[in-house]
Amino acid sequence: MKRTQKSSVVVAAALLAILLAGCAKKKPVATTPPPPPPAAPTASLSANPDAIEQGQSTTLTWKTDNATGVSIDAIGAVEPNGSRQVAPVQSTTYHLTAKGPGGTQEATARVTVAGRQAPPQISLTDEQMFAQSVKDVFFDYDAYDIRGDQQSALQSAAAFLKQHPTWRVTIEGHADERGSIEYNLTLGTNRAEAVKNVLVQQGVNPNNLRTVTFGKEKPFCNESNETCWQQNRRGHFVLNK
Amino acid sequence: MAKRLSVLLLLIATAVTSSLAQGDWIRTGTGLGVEKVRLAAPDFKTTSGNSADLLKTFNETLWNDLDNAGIFEMVSKSFYPLAQPGQPNEVRLDAWANPPANAAMLAFGNLNVAGDDVNVLGWLYDVRNTGSPQVLGKQYREKATAENARLIAHRFADEIIFRLGGGITGIAESKIAFVSNRTGSKEVWMMDYDGAGQQRLTKDGSIALSPAFSPDGSRVAYVSFASGNADLAMYSLELGRRVAFPNLGGANTAPSWTPDSKLLFSSSMRSGDPEVFMAEASGSNPKRLTAYKGPDGQPSVNRKSGAQIAWVSGRTGLPQIYVMDADGANVQRITTEGYAVSPAWSPNGQLLAFSWIRHYGPGAPGGQDIYIMDTTSHQWVQLTHEGSNDFPSWSPDGRHIVFQSHRGGTDQIWTMLADGSKQHQLTSSGKNTQPTWSWK
Repeated sequence: MKRTQKSSVVVAAALLAILLAGCAKKKPVATTPPPPPPAAPTASLSANPDAIEQGQSTTLTWKTDNATGVSIDAIGAVEPNGSRQVAPVQSTTYHLTAKGPGGTQEATARVTVAGRQAPPQISLTDEQMFAQSVKDVFFDYDAYDIRGDQQSALQSAAAFLKQHPTWRVTIEGHADERGSIEYNLTLGTNRAEAVKNVLVQQGVNPNNLRTVTFGKEKPFCNESNETCWQQNRRGHFVLNK
Repeated sequence: MAKRLSVLLLLIATAVTSSLAQGDWIRTGTGLGVEKVRLAAPDFKTTSGNSADLLKTFNETLWNDLDNAGIFEMVSKSFYPLAQPGQPNEVRLDAWANPPANAAMLAFGNLNVAGDDVNVLGWLYDVRNTGSPQVLGKQYREKATAENARLIAHRFADEIIFRLGGGITGIAESKIAFVSNRTGSKEVWMMDYDGAGQQRLTKDGSIALSPAFSPDGSRVAYVSFASGNADLAMYSLELGRRVAFPNLGGANTAPSWTPDSKLLFSSSMRSGDPEVFMAEASGSNPKRLTAYKGPDGQPSVNRKSGAQIAWVSGRTGLPQIYVMDADGANVQRITTEGYAVSPAWSPNGQLLAFSWIRHYGPGAPGGQDIYIMDTTSHQWVQLTHEGSNDFPSWSPDGRHIVFQSHRGGTDQIWTMLADGSKQHQLTSSGKNTQPTWSWK
């Protein structure tokens, strides 16, 4: 009785060993002990500083162990340990994935980007002056030429920017909700470039002017009427300084 | 409209009579004028008690695949004989060939779960060929999951469609990529051709737009605003993550692929004006193809020849569709009125699907609809008649078109046959836009 029990314990232990070795498939019983399972990867990711102003950069630093492939979203494949300067324009969570024979480990780091509201680098006075003197430019439907009623606003903007030759400005091209996503992206580019061209003709340093298009992806309002559509057909100025 | 349609029908008729080999589908993508095979597909049977859920999934998927293929007239189940076969010795050919079923073909079989596996046996019979009725006999064995039940149904349906559809490979295993905001940010998603298995690909947490499968199906090119600018980006389906792609500078939008895996896109990188560019798939050697003031974008290369590029240009005001040779020569305007965007070549390289507000202006009749046009004759057919519709993309077999429609009040992904029939919705969660079909 006792002997039977003992031998069944031995058999059970042997079976357990086989299962632990990952031999779910039928394989001959191994005589050598199975190799230890591969160590699970570890990963850490940090940003220093983790709060910046728009236009500043921060340093991402990461460390991994036991990983054969390491990548960070929006950056791509990276070395196992390293650091990199990034300059996100909005608050961003960086996400690192470390893959190894022992599994996958993820790590994240949040970088908070202070927007236009209260960036200490740009004094409130500067911001207010910018907002008073550099007004957004509005467009007709499906058009990217500068309307007559927008010319004087652009002239003041040009004069102001020439008085502040070190200030850097982004011109965003926007479109209303009507029409195709893709076509509005190209139209947004043309609108931003049209604004830039006038400023450059007036003597603003082109190196201080960056253009981007958002098409109809970042509307200022969401109503389906002409008042709102007009608000969304614009070249929008953002002070980077 | 009726006149134009009849002209097109005449054209199609001419095309069909002048080509002996394959049906009208491959020439026009519409299937007009071709008699459809009457196919009966009784539910598969089972003898294992634990397979009810898998069997239901399998039967629904197989029926939908065959019904959506566009080449069958499915015999209504109410006309089926009372005794339905699960294996060959249970088939009574005359019961299927005679009224009321009047079937020409019969697909049947059984599904059983044994241990961890699901085992499916499927047959296709020509019920009028009493001597040797078997056209197909297939066996499938996979791990018993709902996903695999769908996969097996897709594979069996594709076999039947390949045999009875003029040797054109079925699309049941093809994929559709699209943009969805259902997680709060616009990301690239992917799903099966029938809307099953919707999964998120990108995790940029920003605005992702304009996905485009590479011809070999290994990558998805798209546009990412993660840097604050419209940049081309690349997602590897093999690695399951975004991979590095060079920053070209300027705004870069609307990537699409050539059959030999080069990238087309709209870019403002040099002149500040959006122009059509072509580059290597790695992003290197970008080359400008257009040079007109005004928006130029949404390029689509002829999928058959690779020799022509259709694109959208606003050079005369409202956007119109143009075609040029792949080197930028021989520019030809295709649409002459309204607001025309989103051209997509059919797999046979003869038709363009596109989105068109034909009568443009306040109070003008009609909406934004999907059309197809023969690029040689410039004859067109309107396929949708409801809501705002955009971003048509052809299935690999040229029999289907997936598109974005606002007809239900929000943007969703819809699919239809290339003759405009069988329109149905594939997505419902969040806003879903810019669908694109895989190349195979």
